[in-house]
Amino acid sequence: MALDLKLPGCNSGRDPQGFPHANLRMRTYLHVFQIGIQNALVYRMNFFIRSAFGLVPLLGTLYLWKAVYASKGGDAEVAGYALSTMISYYLIVTLVDTMTAVAEDDWQIAADIRDGRISQFLMKPIDYLRYRLCLFWAGRLVYVLSASVPIGTFLVLHYQDWDASTDPGTWLCFGFSILMTGLLQFFISYTMALLAFWVLEVSTFIFILYAFEYIAGGFMFPLDILPGWLHQAMMWTPFPYQMFFPVSVLLEQVQGEALVSGLAIQGTWVLLAYLLARRVWNAGIRHYSAVGG
Amino acid sequence: MDHSQQTHPSPPGTLQRYGSIAMALWRNSIVREMQFRMNFLLWIVVELCWFGLQLGFIAVIYQHTDQIMEWTRWQVIFLVGAAQFIQQVFTAMFLSNITQISELVRTGRLDFMLLMPVNTRFLLSFRQVDLGGFVNAASAVAVMIYAARQLEMSPSPIQVLGFLALCLVGVWIHCSLMFLLSIISFWTVRAEGIVWGYYNLFNLARVPDSAFRGTFRFFFSMILPVLLVANVPVRLMIGLLESPWQIVRLLVTAAACFVVSEAVWRKALRRYTSASS
Repeated sequence: MALDLKLPGCNSGRDPQGFPHANLRMRTYLHVFQIGIQNALVYRMNFFIRSAFGLVPLLGTLYLWKAVYASKGGDAEVAGYALSTMISYYLIVTLVDTMTAVAEDDWQIAADIRDGRISQFLMKPIDYLRYRLCLFWAGRLVYVLSASVPIGTFLVLHYQDWDASTDPGTWLCFGFSILMTGLLQFFISYTMALLAFWVLEVSTFIFILYAFEYIAGGFMFPLDILPGWLHQAMMWTPFPYQMFFPVSVLLEQVQGEALVSGLAIQGTWVLLAYLLARRVWNAGIRHYSAVGG
Repeated sequence: MDHSQQTHPSPPGTLQRYGSIAMALWRNSIVREMQFRMNFLLWIVVELCWFGLQLGFIAVIYQHTDQIMEWTRWQVIFLVGAAQFIQQVFTAMFLSNITQISELVRTGRLDFMLLMPVNTRFLLSFRQVDLGGFVNAASAVAVMIYAARQLEMSPSPIQVLGFLALCLVGVWIHCSLMFLLSIISFWTVRAEGIVWGYYNLFNLARVPDSAFRGTFRFFFSMILPVLLVANVPVRLMIGLLESPWQIVRLLVTAAACFVVSEAVWRKALRRYTSASS
């Protein structure tokens, strides 16, 4: 629908194999990105309210931790976390989540499949995964802008507890890690949404996955306050690289060699998730019969 | 539907009439739900996962401390169980009904509801029942019983009855606040947004109230009393009640929430112009 691209020279711009030139392909996805921004802007008020409401449970968690530290008394630490580090942990989680969370994308993908709307993508010279990825980043961009006021205010109010790194190199690694976090989150959600090829109702599966991401990703608490073996076991899953890892980078808890290998592992998970997404898509397409197409 | 009522010479009592309407509505929705058994079971798994997560969080925190203010481990587990119990009873009976209101407004189907010879708010609140919610409420009861055993509690029958009654008051507060949220959505957001806001708000219900301070505590116990919903009944049950005024405060804020939501509802209805035609 919105994708009826009227790009000049769309037909003549193909190379002999029938694929659009790289340049044209760029422009196509740039266009998708723009459409994504326009679509997302419709929901800017929703995003604003959403991010503001999201601060309520965050405040609850922060108060809970403050009470824990107060009950322990003095300069207590929890598994090496001072109170300000613990608070910073949650603040950074909020920051990363704002930038990388998959919001509506998985539901939309599942709905596209269920309602047969992906048929049109199969006939156009456009790749569905890249198309969705552009929409994802566009949505995130608008979300960050809409949420900047509530989240920014919240961060400023907690500046006394802000305990993150000030080293530009660390920030650079953090930025790089966030980028991969976003990709990892997206590819995993994308793959889950593709289950819609086989089952009618995917939301239960998505919510069960959310639950695992929530605890094993470190959204709920820093993973290293868990008993050692459990923490180690979780580090073998991709979930910590969806949140816990970038946050520990900015808290300077991962440095030097561990930082390099961590980034490498994160990159590997991104690649694996990407390959899995491609495979599942191919399998799904073979299974697909355009219902209501 | 009910033939005995139609042959009755005198109109049946209001309570009886509303009771039979509710039964008919519930019977319908149970039949509907049983058409999707697999989905029904999976939703129970989802809720169990998230409930387990909350319990896990508490367990992890108590690995590092013995007390959060005056609350010990099993007391907080009991609190999480109670909050879940209240929330699930609410989910079973009212959640989807109330979230659908904005959709009814958007599509204009509210017209038909308004035309029926029953109280509209009643009809909107009882249209569907979610059986899974009752199953999940049962799992919350199991957790509460287990925590109570760990605490070696021996509550008097009056405590138990009071606890259950206050839980119902909690469900009532859920209803009123949710009604308010969904009425606000007449003007602003879509249904998913409301549910999301609701879950965020009532996340606070399972946190021990004494962790909170200052304006935050005031706001969430006097204006939007989510902090009282589970805390007060649990305090009554485990003997942490500071004074009977806490119960009075719960009842008063519950009544206030209802009055406000009813007033806003009526105001919103007066502004309602059908979407169809």
